[in-house]
Amino acid sequence: MNNIIKKTLLVLAFSASAILPQWANANEGAHLDKAPVDASNHESLQRGARTFVNNCLNCHSANYMRYNRLLYIGLTEKQIKDNLMFASEKIGDPMKVAINKADAKKWFGVAPPDLSVEVRARGANWVYSYMRGFYRDETSATGWGNCVFDPVSCKVSMPHVLYELQGEQAINHETHELTLAKPGKLSAAEYDTLVGDLTNFLAYMAEPAKQQRNHMGWFVLLFLGVLLVLTYKLKKAYWKDIH
Amino acid sequence: MTNQTEVKQNKSVVANAFNNGLNWVDERFPLTSNIKAHLTEYYAPKNFNFWYYFGSLSLLVLVLQILTGIFLTMHYKPDAELAFGSVEYIMRDVPWGWLIRYMHSTGASMFFVVVYLHMFRGIIYGSYRNPRELIWLFGVGIFLCLMGEAFFGYLLPWGQMSYWGAQVIVNLFSAIPFVGPDVSEWLRGDYLVSDATLNRFFAFHVIALPFVLVGLVAAHIIALHEVGSNNPDGVEIKKLKDKVTGIPLDGIPFHPYYTVKDIVGTVVFLIVFSTIIFFAPEMGGYFLEANNFVPANPLVTPAHIAPVWYFTPYYSILRAVPPFPGVSLLSIPPSLFPGVAAMGLSVMVFALLPWLDKSPVKSIRYRGTLYKKWLAAFVVSFIVLGYLGTEPANVWGQFGAWLGNADRATVVARAFTIIYFAFFILMPWYTKKDKTLPVPERVTG
Repeated sequence: MNNIIKKTLLVLAFSASAILPQWANANEGAHLDKAPVDASNHESLQRGARTFVNNCLNCHSANYMRYNRLLYIGLTEKQIKDNLMFASEKIGDPMKVAINKADAKKWFGVAPPDLSVEVRARGANWVYSYMRGFYRDETSATGWGNCVFDPVSCKVSMPHVLYELQGEQAINHETHELTLAKPGKLSAAEYDTLVGDLTNFLAYMAEPAKQQRNHMGWFVLLFLGVLLVLTYKLKKAYWKDIH
Repeated sequence: MTNQTEVKQNKSVVANAFNNGLNWVDERFPLTSNIKAHLTEYYAPKNFNFWYYFGSLSLLVLVLQILTGIFLTMHYKPDAELAFGSVEYIMRDVPWGWLIRYMHSTGASMFFVVVYLHMFRGIIYGSYRNPRELIWLFGVGIFLCLMGEAFFGYLLPWGQMSYWGAQVIVNLFSAIPFVGPDVSEWLRGDYLVSDATLNRFFAFHVIALPFVLVGLVAAHIIALHEVGSNNPDGVEIKKLKDKVTGIPLDGIPFHPYYTVKDIVGTVVFLIVFSTIIFFAPEMGGYFLEANNFVPANPLVTPAHIAPVWYFTPYYSILRAVPPFPGVSLLSIPPSLFPGVAAMGLSVMVFALLPWLDKSPVKSIRYRGTLYKKWLAAFVVSFIVLGYLGTEPANVWGQFGAWLGNADRATVVARAFTIIYFAFFILMPWYTKKDKTLPVPERVTG
């Protein structure tokens, strides 16, 4: 009997060794850079909000994000109304866009998705890498390609909205490496910071309660820790005569 | 002096009023007798260990799910146009809505965690054996109900995974010979998952199944208290009673002993539960899938559709069983029914355990190595199948031409599917053949 088990284990170990090396290659996809997400950095969030409202909020809505949520990242009602609200009247309105879905579909081939929870769907690193991954591709309809969006075809429907800031990148088709072919208004480091702030804001917008959630968690755990000691002592006291 | 007498008199006045009230109720409703029968004079074995926390924890999670569910229902809109947005509204604009929603979504997964551990306890200590077969059957009913709850509830956020998960599962029913296509259309209320489907799933999730679930839980507990609890030694404590009091020698009243003990277990559970809710509610995509933050879109099929982790062992079995190739001579078309049937069986087969187990002992403590090896093999298959169910079939690449370039993961899933079913099918044989140890008269602690 024991012999059979040893043999079975051997077979299992053997097949595992045949399989394991494949694991590393199993999850192919574009390499993603780590996004500098920090919900406590209000200045970064404010800069990100400005970039978002000025550049993204023309085509992409954020239907679940209300303007007055920006009060929580340190902006005043006046600042929001004067600098960030173009399309709406009331501070409690969500960030809607005027673009017609049917028109957008005609222009881009696909309606620009709502970005309220984009970071939860794609991940912050994806958004950060994507916004830095555009390169000039004369063969595509928009003139831009992006291998983060589609690692296989490198096709993307969205044109590079921030190209004036970043400049134009060129791709090495063998290695998918990007090089700056034509500089933009910002240096590479400044552009990375801009996109980092934007990603930080998108991450905040995807779950505004996250900071409060993490903060509260420690108090809840502290309370439960104390409760654990007390309830354990209570249990011990009741059980002392049970053997 | 006078003060003290006054306090005493006051006390006795209060106590008298309480007793009178209690008597008034007891003459009209069996309150005291029920408290005695189920708590203060329900004698449970004194040797419950770690595994015995998960019954009361399941009850706790059930109550949490019902309470948080009630508050979610106040703000959720079961409408294909509004559902996704209403969930985000709960997460942002409803005061403490995010907490209630995360409690509910984490609660769903934790319900399966505690129920799986509770079932495993039943398996290792033979809690399904005579005279507890009905407790086990009610339990299997609860498990099926819970799977239904989870399935119907998962459609409600109306994300891509909600939508396509429901699409895949409902389509499975169309593999049933003859009536299949009609059954799945009847379930959906449409030709594809749509607003009509969302409405009926909502009705099942918030009314129909919770009613059945609570009823089955009541039956489960009533049956348990009728025959008494099993214990890690698998000995019947009712066999040896105190000659005078008639109380089992190894029994202790559930209240206060197990109530204070279960409170400790509850606090430990809440620590785990809160850690997930406050610091990792998505649990790396296992509790809340990233793709479900994309609104349902009937025109875009996700590249990889996977059910939530608690369904994946059965989903793996579904994928592992090869389809029926069809017989062209008799014009019988190919069919996915074998896989669907195997998946159904893999869940239902738990109900047969009381009659498959032929061992003279109940608890794993007195079983031989043969049984232990089979159980270990079953646990490994359950976990490996569960893992493979979360991944696409090509996750481990392909074998070479010598095995027809088959997906490695599929071949492994097939092997473990065979072990999974062999654990049940061969049980009468290996439990009879197993060399067991003598069982003591009393519990060993």
